[in-house]
Amino acid sequence: MTTMPSYEEYGHHAPVFPTAVDETNADQPIAPEVRLRLYEIQQQVRLFEKRAYDLFLKGLVKGTSHLSLGQEAIAAGFGAAMRADDWTFATYRGHAHTIARGVPLTPIMAELLGRENGLMSGKGGSMHLTSVEHGVMGSYAIIGAHLCVANGAAWTSQFNETGQVAVAFFGDGTTNIGAFHEAVNFAKVWNLPTVFVCENNLYMEYTPISDVVPVTNPAADRASAYGLESIMVDGNDADAVYIAATAALDKARAGHGPSLIEARTYRHHGHSRADPGTYRPKEEIDAWMARDPIPMYHQRLLQLGVGEGELTAIAQQVAAAVQTATDEATEGELPSLDSIYTDVWADGGWTWRN
Amino acid sequence: MAELTYRDAITVGLAQELAHDPNVVFIGEDVAGAGGVFKATPGLLEKFGPKRVRDAPISEQAILGAAMGAAMTGLRPIAEIMFSDFLAVCWDIVANEIAKSRYMTDGQMTFPLVIRTANGAGSRFGAQHSQSVENWAMMIPGIKVVAPSTAEDAIGLLAAAVRDPDPVLFFEHKSIYPMKFDVPDRAGDIVDELGTAKIVRAGSDATVVALALMVPRALEAAEQLAAEGIDLEVIDVRSLVPLDTDCILKSVAKTSRLYTVEENPRLCGWGAEVVSIVAEEAFWDLDGPIERITTPHVPLPSAANLEDATIPSVERIVETIRKTVNA
Repeated sequence: MTTMPSYEEYGHHAPVFPTAVDETNADQPIAPEVRLRLYEIQQQVRLFEKRAYDLFLKGLVKGTSHLSLGQEAIAAGFGAAMRADDWTFATYRGHAHTIARGVPLTPIMAELLGRENGLMSGKGGSMHLTSVEHGVMGSYAIIGAHLCVANGAAWTSQFNETGQVAVAFFGDGTTNIGAFHEAVNFAKVWNLPTVFVCENNLYMEYTPISDVVPVTNPAADRASAYGLESIMVDGNDADAVYIAATAALDKARAGHGPSLIEARTYRHHGHSRADPGTYRPKEEIDAWMARDPIPMYHQRLLQLGVGEGELTAIAQQVAAAVQTATDEATEGELPSLDSIYTDVWADGGWTWRN
Repeated sequence: MAELTYRDAITVGLAQELAHDPNVVFIGEDVAGAGGVFKATPGLLEKFGPKRVRDAPISEQAILGAAMGAAMTGLRPIAEIMFSDFLAVCWDIVANEIAKSRYMTDGQMTFPLVIRTANGAGSRFGAQHSQSVENWAMMIPGIKVVAPSTAEDAIGLLAAAVRDPDPVLFFEHKSIYPMKFDVPDRAGDIVDELGTAKIVRAGSDATVVALALMVPRALEAAEQLAAEGIDLEVIDVRSLVPLDTDCILKSVAKTSRLYTVEENPRLCGWGAEVVSIVAEEAFWDLDGPIERITTPHVPLPSAANLEDATIPSVERIVETIRKTVNA
């Protein structure tokens, strides 16, 4: 008897539908200004990513880009909950997490366009956004590595007793690589203030995560192996993420060690710019588009008594900022060729011999 | 003058740096409680405490990732990878993360960290615990590479590596650990300089450039050939990145002949880079072909006679140079 699927069966999977919105999250004790900030970050990410996609279609964004459209609530929830001196470790899908820490939009956009006024002067690109002054300690494009690196920052915090927390974001596919398991185990046995955040968007690149993980919840179901609580959160509800983030950050700050959080969400687009995402069932896409985190949050804020005018004003301000960023980025100079030879070493140079 | 083994020198060097800077921390597998599997780190836990000297799980990516994250946030970590062959399981952290991140971030980060590792053959451990892998490291932009051959150099270069603002891969040679050396007494810390080769024997007939365990072998070969009237200049490269090409080029200008003695397997060994530099820049100084004396391009065998016959021996160095130096 073979246990292999037939050709006809292979690659087919039942659609995974979102859960209903938990309306009780409206009752969570979240300050009104925090909720407005959650809304603003989500709008910033949404409008920035849409513009990045447009600029890609115009041929202005070269290379690759991995958008967070549909996943904005996770970056927003953590961005609003983190202390200014906490550290973010992002992946190649890191525009959202960079924006959520308050990094201005122009240098981010200019970096995507490979310009001198880019966040890293064009030397890093879309997948490596970094702004140390904002606590964005890098975006890493090798799956899993940065979970190990985040532990190192957390170790510095533990060493210096500063209460800073390192937060590492990653996708569901990362839970299958060795570095994930090494990092979570290491954080627990060293009792480090690291928060690991799995953005489970149901697909490991093009493959359903259920095809490559033997448990239902790729991160949460593995937490017990490392003595950690299994934490699942609705990644399309910024309030839910904010509450979970605050709890994990407080726990880490108090010296009670790491957390592993799985936030379920969905990409509105494919894996990267090269991927139209056609491998996903239509009814699944439709259901998740109807659970878009931003219109939901807009409605919640209205229910909580925020005026439509206030929300419109935020959206308009964000749209204007994205336009300014687009203009300033497209007007940016190309990087100087001299920069090829800078900053290999701490002395600014690249010399390897005398 | 104190007599120290190379193994003791590592302990002395680590203690010196832990005492010198309160931000220096040291981690690895079995390095704290057990004092290291090569007994190169005993007593450090007792002296500096578990906050500074800490055992880690068998998780090489986690160890080097922690060192990287700590370095970018202000600590000066020293991380041990027990055997250099194991670098292959955490090479992503070395080659993609530590080496590239300063460049990719346009200089927003620095990585003052040291990766210590036991390198090289002679212990009959077989191919997964004995290889010389310094050439893996040398080809990666963004990593400095050091391999001391004496106790004094081990202390001084370790200090230079720890105090350097860039990441350094520090190769200790397993077969040198038990060797004894005289280390001159001096006031204050022993601190050497990266990127400096050393002429360890002056001579006029040929330049022999060697690294780590190959240095004492080249010196022994030079003594034997001196009895035959062949006067070799032996250079201990010590630092592959940065590379002291001035020292090598000046020596070749004087002797007109060049040999490299390399323990790494032949292809892309560090000597190939040295040879290419000399061929490009000192071609008209040469009186004869350059020759590389290397481990053949094979994984290393385990049996004692096989291992001994595989890596360059004093006899092989002597025979190769004797045959060709006057040809």
